[in-house]
Amino acid sequence: MLRTLQQILKTGIVTEAPPAPANELRVRETLESRIREVLGRALCIREVDAGSCNGCELEIHALGNPVYSIESLGIRFVASPRHADLLLVTGPVSRHMEVALRRTYDATPDPKLVVAVGDCGACGGIFGSSYASCGAVANVIPVDVVVPGCPPSPTRILAGILAAISQSPVRST
Amino acid sequence: MTRAASTQAGAAVLQLVVEPHEWRDLAQDIAVAGGRLLALWGTNRVGQCDTLHAVAIAPPRLLLISVPIADGTRQYPGVEDVFPAASRMQRAVFDLCGLRSTDRDARPWLRHAAWPADVFPLATDPMPSPPQSLIDDYQFVRVEGDGVHEIPVGPVHAGIIEPGHFRFSVVGEKVLRLEERLGYVHKGIERRFTQMPILEGHRLAARVSGDSGVAYAWAYSQALEQMTATALPRRASHLRALALELERIANHLGDLGALGNDAGFAFGLAQFSRLKELLLRATEQALGQRYLLDLVVPGGTRNDLAPAGAAGLDECMVQLTDEVAVLRGIYEEHTGLRDRFAGAGTVLPELANWLGLVGLAGRASGQALDLRVDAPCAPYAELSVLRCVQQDGDVLARVTVRFDELFESLRLVRQALRTMPSGEYVTAVPVPLSGAFGVGLIESWRGPVIVGLEAGPDGSILRCHPQDPSWHNWPALEHAIIGNIVPDFPLINKSFNLSYSGHDL
Repeated sequence: MLRTLQQILKTGIVTEAPPAPANELRVRETLESRIREVLGRALCIREVDAGSCNGCELEIHALGNPVYSIESLGIRFVASPRHADLLLVTGPVSRHMEVALRRTYDATPDPKLVVAVGDCGACGGIFGSSYASCGAVANVIPVDVVVPGCPPSPTRILAGILAAISQSPVRST
Repeated sequence: MTRAASTQAGAAVLQLVVEPHEWRDLAQDIAVAGGRLLALWGTNRVGQCDTLHAVAIAPPRLLLISVPIADGTRQYPGVEDVFPAASRMQRAVFDLCGLRSTDRDARPWLRHAAWPADVFPLATDPMPSPPQSLIDDYQFVRVEGDGVHEIPVGPVHAGIIEPGHFRFSVVGEKVLRLEERLGYVHKGIERRFTQMPILEGHRLAARVSGDSGVAYAWAYSQALEQMTATALPRRASHLRALALELERIANHLGDLGALGNDAGFAFGLAQFSRLKELLLRATEQALGQRYLLDLVVPGGTRNDLAPAGAAGLDECMVQLTDEVAVLRGIYEEHTGLRDRFAGAGTVLPELANWLGLVGLAGRASGQALDLRVDAPCAPYAELSVLRCVQQDGDVLARVTVRFDELFESLRLVRQALRTMPSGEYVTAVPVPLSGAFGVGLIESWRGPVIVGLEAGPDGSILRCHPQDPSWHNWPALEHAIIGNIVPDFPLINKSFNLSYSGHDL
């Protein structure tokens, strides 16, 4: 226990400070205020892997590390689409996931946002469309924002989430 | 039976062509000699016999086996009683190629409802348009009895994970049986390969399972380099090993954090994910990408090590070595963690041996195979990797193997940096002749990644089959969970951390 506390003290807070001029930080600063403005509360995200190679998942996971610290910005990954404001979908959408993705979309309450992550989610990527792949996420459900990259960096994914929120009408509370 | 022997990839390679009726005997001989089936795939040929291909290893021998299947029969003897992991591979061979084993379980495996049962994506061209209804009815094995009920989970899971379906049969909280159903992320990778130029296939190979991109791109390139007798520059193989060990470190750091978190110790996730971010940034500085999906190319690597990045990488290794040592101490003295880790999800060595468990999960259950040691390609013979083995086969053993391998990889990265040869990092690879055949074998962080590659005419790919170590280890997870409670499943599952994408293809 003592060593755990020592390690916590020694590590300190590694979350990168908002005032720094780096792009990535500007994104986060703006994002936080936009979330408050648009939603007035936390943004809840349901991540759906609809056929990815799992590369995008690695960078989406990184959003939760202490450096990007997505939860400190008021963004939370939730376990059910019924709790979600936004679906973060990686692709290409495999035919075998087409029904599951549609059902997940239908289970998400309106108004909802969809961000397609990665080259494959954006356009089918290297897998393209085939007997087994529907290609882009937009071929299956409506998409608000696409974040290209293979995989896109955590900063780019955050920027994509921001773009989706900026488009959306302000919710009445 | 015809034989051809050569030495490559550090092991004695034996190429065998056997008749279908000899295949079972050969499989039994391999099993008796303590060997492992590593890969199994079918190849459809227009105007010629279709072929079943297998890769097996019985250190120090590596066996590349082809079984021509006479026209019209489309059937071969099954070997699931010899190598249990062959069962699902054989079902996949049927789904994709239409070659049927004689084994009893003939349920579809990779095919759900995207294409009809009499259509085989690797043998049919063009493919018919997909059916209207994408719902199918898979026959799960039912467990009957007083108080038994089923818990269906997935394909969409609660966390940020790949999709798959788990069917638990439970009494109270205790799991009587788990049946996995995979294939949800089948995206037609093997057919896609046949539409690509052979000199570009490494890009798709790297995306078979993104967390093992270096291993796959290397295995693909290794197969291609064999086929074209390309001599890899020494600097190129060193750079690849550097990248492969960085990939291993990144995944082990991620898993060790996630395992702490799944046992209720959020501190572990925060600390290890912080270290992983440090590593990814140092990797990007040194080699140009956080995840090195595009680094390995046929003939070498896409880019060289950035001079300033090399020093940064070395500093990062020193820092990680110190910090992981502190965290390991904390994990080891934390009684709550030990209580969750010890005795959970046990696969004892005897069962592991029977199931053919491979990779880090195999080594945590006493199965020593590590291709970096047993069939080392350059530069692993000169790096001399320390094999990390445990015998208990539980979550704790898999955590221990991860820690041990993490330290070993940190050492290997520093050694690779120190001994980095000068010279070219890439050489030209010619287009292979039609019919040329090669097999690449690389020990990824998860286990052996195999790529079988056969050239078609004019620089095309006739067949490329990537085999993920998850094929061998998914069946073991069904055994590991028996008798454990449902809430321990995420922890046990994470301790294996198997690939869905690499398996579903």
